[in-house]
Amino acid sequence: MPANKKKSSSGFMQKNSQLLIPLVAILILIIFNLIRDPSFFSIGMVTNNDGYPVLQGNLISIFNGASELVILAMGMTLVTAASGGQDISVGALAAIAGSALVKVLKSTEVITPWTVALGILACCAVAMLFGAFNGTIVSVFRIQPMIATLILFTCGRSIAYWINGGATPTVSSPIITAIGSFIPGCPVPTPILIVIFMGIVLGVLFKTTTLGLYVQTVGINQGAAKLNGINPVAVKLLTFVILGVCCAMAGTIGMSRLSLINHETLLLNVEMDAILAVAIGGNNLGGGKFNLVGSIMGAYAIQALTITLYAMKVPSTDVKAYKAIVIILLVVLGSPVVKEAFRKLKNQISAGRFLKEKGAA
Amino acid sequence: MEDGIVLTMRGICKNFPGVRALQNVDFTLRKGEIHALMGENGAGKSTLIKVLTGVYDKDAGEIHVDGIDGAVTIRSPQDAQDKGISTVYQEITLCPNLSVAENMYIGRQKGMRVQWKEMEKKTGKLLESLSIPARPKQQLGSCSLAVQQMVAIARAVDAECKVLILDEPTSSLDDKEVEMLFSLMRDLRSRGVGIIFVTHFLEQVYAVSDRITVLRNGELVGEYEVQNLPQVELVSKMMGKELEGLSDLDKAASANASSGEAYYEAEGLSSSEAKPFDFRIAKGEVNGFTGLLGSGRSESVRAIFAADRVTGGKVTVDGKVKNITKPIQAMKAGIGYLPEDRKRDGIIADLSVRENIILALQVMKGFFHPLNRKETEEFADEYIKALEIKTANQDTPIKSLSGGNQQKVILARWLLTHPNYLILDEPTRGIDVGTKTEIQRLVLKLAEEGMSVTFISSEIEEMLRTCSRLIVMRDRKIVGELKGKELTQSNVMYTIAGGGKENAC
Repeated sequence: MPANKKKSSSGFMQKNSQLLIPLVAILILIIFNLIRDPSFFSIGMVTNNDGYPVLQGNLISIFNGASELVILAMGMTLVTAASGGQDISVGALAAIAGSALVKVLKSTEVITPWTVALGILACCAVAMLFGAFNGTIVSVFRIQPMIATLILFTCGRSIAYWINGGATPTVSSPIITAIGSFIPGCPVPTPILIVIFMGIVLGVLFKTTTLGLYVQTVGINQGAAKLNGINPVAVKLLTFVILGVCCAMAGTIGMSRLSLINHETLLLNVEMDAILAVAIGGNNLGGGKFNLVGSIMGAYAIQALTITLYAMKVPSTDVKAYKAIVIILLVVLGSPVVKEAFRKLKNQISAGRFLKEKGAA
Repeated sequence: MEDGIVLTMRGICKNFPGVRALQNVDFTLRKGEIHALMGENGAGKSTLIKVLTGVYDKDAGEIHVDGIDGAVTIRSPQDAQDKGISTVYQEITLCPNLSVAENMYIGRQKGMRVQWKEMEKKTGKLLESLSIPARPKQQLGSCSLAVQQMVAIARAVDAECKVLILDEPTSSLDDKEVEMLFSLMRDLRSRGVGIIFVTHFLEQVYAVSDRITVLRNGELVGEYEVQNLPQVELVSKMMGKELEGLSDLDKAASANASSGEAYYEAEGLSSSEAKPFDFRIAKGEVNGFTGLLGSGRSESVRAIFAADRVTGGKVTVDGKVKNITKPIQAMKAGIGYLPEDRKRDGIIADLSVRENIILALQVMKGFFHPLNRKETEEFADEYIKALEIKTANQDTPIKSLSGGNQQKVILARWLLTHPNYLILDEPTRGIDVGTKTEIQRLVLKLAEEGMSVTFISSEIEEMLRTCSRLIVMRDRKIVGELKGKELTQSNVMYTIAGGGKENAC
């Protein structure tokens, strides 16, 4: 139907304007890299140590390396939208979750697929519990999210430390290695598959429940949400629990990459990147309407930037400084002031063209 | 500039993307007159005011202000104030967390030093001379909305203005406060201030204005002297058509219903905001709570819907005892509630018209039963058509609609849940005459179809027109009930005032 077509195209345009900044960021990075090194995006097949063919290349590194960040950014988007604030304890919570997983794995002599499944379930449960703790402080006691999660941010890594008695135990199991790198026979890195899995889970959640509508309603106008029968406390709590699951998955990936849990360094400072991904994705950090795709693209843009800098042989100590410069540019470009200026410029140009045509006629 | 004229605007044009908000509008304000600016929602009143106060740049036209040679360019509200044009907006734009005195002088003192003592003394004098019940050191947020409004006016007056713009100043004031405001306006008029008065209340225009300028669809309809323009003619000029008889509404069906079988009944219902009260409404009845602002009428209906914390009482819905302590329970019992404060409690500003319409129905269906896209589009289409909601499309954010259309969206939201009992708290506030009549007609039509409706309005005429039974409240208590032939304006006033023994306030 033509009418429907028109509707969907206008909807896409609306979404487009929000996705402009992450799109531009990714586009600039792609063009920059292509000019610098045309082979930057080439993907090759190599045989890994176990004798299986796997994909390799900068693009794969970007997608693989961003996995934890992407998962956390999805959860962070929901928390931001519902509560109008950010959870700064996601790194600490991922460390707790990873430690819980290691604790379960270490408690058995032989690591079977079942113990791994049990371990991941346990680590999800622990993370959901801590997420619920954060969520309760935010929604029931109405403490600002950043302050509320400061508690777990401060003590989270100590809790992770206690879980395994202060050690940084290694886990040697082919299953864990497979989660952190490649499943034998599959050329795609497993973390990428986990991201896709999490994306599908959230997608199904949005399709089969009213989560999206409720989260936005609560984030925009909590009072009105209440008068329409929504329980804002429950909605906020739920977003924090979902973020807990995201932390558990990020912790699992992070732990599996190294086959050991280091409670001090696992996903250190990832919360800031996750918040940044939400912001670059065009989401309002004050809550309300959100766009999950934007946050995901934001997360990949951040990782692409990091990989680009490494590829340019920028010393790892300097990477953060260069990252900061690019981020300043992105944030300023996305600011309402600049957007308004662009809009005016566009109007002027189109008005000028109109006058010209008129003159010609 | 001609003598006795403080402000002229000539050929003002203003376009927004897709909308021609003002087209070639002229406006003249004379010294010492109260000049009403009238028009339906979206006629361009607010835009004209915003052009005059420097909020918007005009696309074309000239503005002349007394005492300044040549056409003036007003760059910002601050600039407008410097040129002698002060504004009090419909929404209070002061800082509730500062004191009254600070609010009076914020952004107006010269230099960095603040002379607190003098500021407070001056404020005290001014408040006294205008008999505004507030102390200079009092935190503004602790004053009632009406007093805050008056402080805003006092602030504008004190800024030694030649032109004072009052944009819907009376929409949150009760009758006595309106009268106070009017005497203040007349006082200012006699001092030579030109006042532009924007309002929806026709009676108020005739009570206080000297001249009326009417806008429609962004164009000037004309400028008239009040005595030469009967009220009916004004309305028809605003709407651009002859007004259908407002008084022709037939409420016979509802009147007969009031004695019938009860749909909702409460005994000793109380909430954190409302004292215990008894209440009943029959199937197909339209009744209303009336009383002065703050008399507890809104609090009572909020208790029925459990919008505030319910603290006690026995509720029977359709013959069954129900426990209603949360809005969702009220909704499941077939009750809908359109809140008084549309902006704060009604609209979800950033969400689309469609999402705003389906919200309540969706919540009733439950978390695990989302409506699919096609269903929501059909529902939205149906109600946009039925209520004639003016919106670009379903995806338009509700915040970009005019007030009257936002209200229709909220109304659509509740009609979509097919309630048996609908509570409408001030559904017609800040809405143009045409939409008002539409909503009144709709209420009576719904009642005819068997729906019970409780209606609250600040305008007694409107209540008398729609309700077959009025519950009168004073000081948070029900003090009387009027029905049938008792329903006259003077009876309502008399009951509100407490049989004449006490003062109305």
